[in-house]
Amino acid sequence: MKLIEVKNCYKVYNNGVTAIADLNLTIEKGEFVFVIGASGSGKSTFIKLLYREEKPTNGSVYVGGINVAKLRNSKVYKLRRKIGNVFQDFKLLPKLTVYENVAFALESIGLNNSEIRPKVIKALESVGLKEKMRSFPNQLSGGEQQRVCIARAIVNEPKLLICDEPTGNLDPDISKEIVLILDKINKESGTTIIMATHDRDIVNRMKKRVIHLENGVVVSDDKKGSYKAHESN
Amino acid sequence: MKAIRILTRGIRDAFKSVIRNFSLSTAAITCSSITLILVAVAMVISYNVKNITKDLEKELTIVVYMKETATEEQINELKNKLETLENVEDYEYKSKDEWKLEMKNYSDTFSTALDYLDTNPLLNSFTVVVKDVNHLKDTTEEIKKIDTVESADYGEGMAENLVKAFDVLEKITLVIVLALVLVTAFLIGNTIKLTIFSRRNEIEIMRLVGASNISIRLPFLFEGFFLGILGSVIPIIVSIYGYVLLYDHFNGYLFTHIIRLTEPFNFILYVALCLLLIGAVIGMVGSYRAVRKYLKI
Repeated sequence: MKLIEVKNCYKVYNNGVTAIADLNLTIEKGEFVFVIGASGSGKSTFIKLLYREEKPTNGSVYVGGINVAKLRNSKVYKLRRKIGNVFQDFKLLPKLTVYENVAFALESIGLNNSEIRPKVIKALESVGLKEKMRSFPNQLSGGEQQRVCIARAIVNEPKLLICDEPTGNLDPDISKEIVLILDKINKESGTTIIMATHDRDIVNRMKKRVIHLENGVVVSDDKKGSYKAHESN
Repeated sequence: MKAIRILTRGIRDAFKSVIRNFSLSTAAITCSSITLILVAVAMVISYNVKNITKDLEKELTIVVYMKETATEEQINELKNKLETLENVEDYEYKSKDEWKLEMKNYSDTFSTALDYLDTNPLLNSFTVVVKDVNHLKDTTEEIKKIDTVESADYGEGMAENLVKAFDVLEKITLVIVLALVLVTAFLIGNTIKLTIFSRRNEIEIMRLVGASNISIRLPFLFEGFFLGILGSVIPIIVSIYGYVLLYDHFNGYLFTHIIRLTEPFNFILYVALCLLLIGAVIGMVGSYRAVRKYLKI
């Protein structure tokens, strides 16, 4: 069953740069997809189109059956409640504890405290950080901070988890750990995961679907792809 | 229920944020306190100048004396005529007999002198209050043209000039008050923008996790509101105590008995209320504008 369907999609920025050109692809529910490509290949733009941070110049982007290209600004928040985001720079709030950072996502959408607490504990348990819930972000390592970011992204049990270079700031061992956590989430809860990355080791090791973008165009889309295969393209 | 939760969370988060971002909050509060003190001073001056001008204007009347031969019928005619004049607000008639009685009561010398005379040498008179002192001269000239009028005069010269001077001063102070309110709005708005700029990550995360615009805005609106209110506390205390002390020190008059200060109560309480409202409204508007920038609405 399709979760994402992109048809004839173009994105041209105001400065004339074409980030996405005639993009067509579908992603099924429960898939784990790597999006790879050099800097400026359109990975981040593609990801931003999915959670309607950017609007396509032409074409359509369906997420969960909704054409986000035609979604009104005032309704965007409803789409985002179904999507979790993990960033390279974590984007944690430094003055909130680990618990508060994760709870912040649920508070922001108006849940009450009795609903929030069990969900936050469950999310922190799934990333192995329950013991550190009272710590502040600056008391954690980079890997731990990224795990908090993942906990915040999954706490609302989203259908889709978008990770924009989540291992970009981490060393190889910690990166492996993060991707294994994402894989576990994908397998256990069936959450669709789209991960933009430069990390060839991870892509090669995971044997997942790999979409390779170049200049905003899909140059290859392999079900069990690897970085090496694309390098030879 | 959800709306109430968002509202109470907005208030709670605003409180937390004011405390957690202590240095920026202090900067915003100090900035608004300083400008609101200036606004308070300008308001006090403006209101007092307005009142002094009003007092002086009340003093400016036309004194009309009728001819000696004026009959009772002519007196009534003049009364009717005055009532038809556009600029006449009110008048007070005093007959020559009333004048005589008043003068006799005033001093024994007058009493003895008037008793020597067979006839009353005084004249029937009207004291005319005008609506607009700027047309005092024209109204006086118009009254002078009436046949039965012996003379019509007003306090030409200094008093008139003083009223004009205060009139100009009143307009200047009003412009200063408005300018200061604008400056306050700009300063408070910018300081709040600075606090919000430092928290753009927070807004970005709220947007990404699916917080509605209203639930993102509310804490910041309340924060602006609290900062504005806190910023008006010191100006309120300064203006209330300062004005009461000033009033007592000068016994209600400034330099001369012509310039009477407005009584502190309830006047200064209205000023305090204005400061509170200016602070709160400007704080909220400043926040609203700053958050809008990050919401992409």
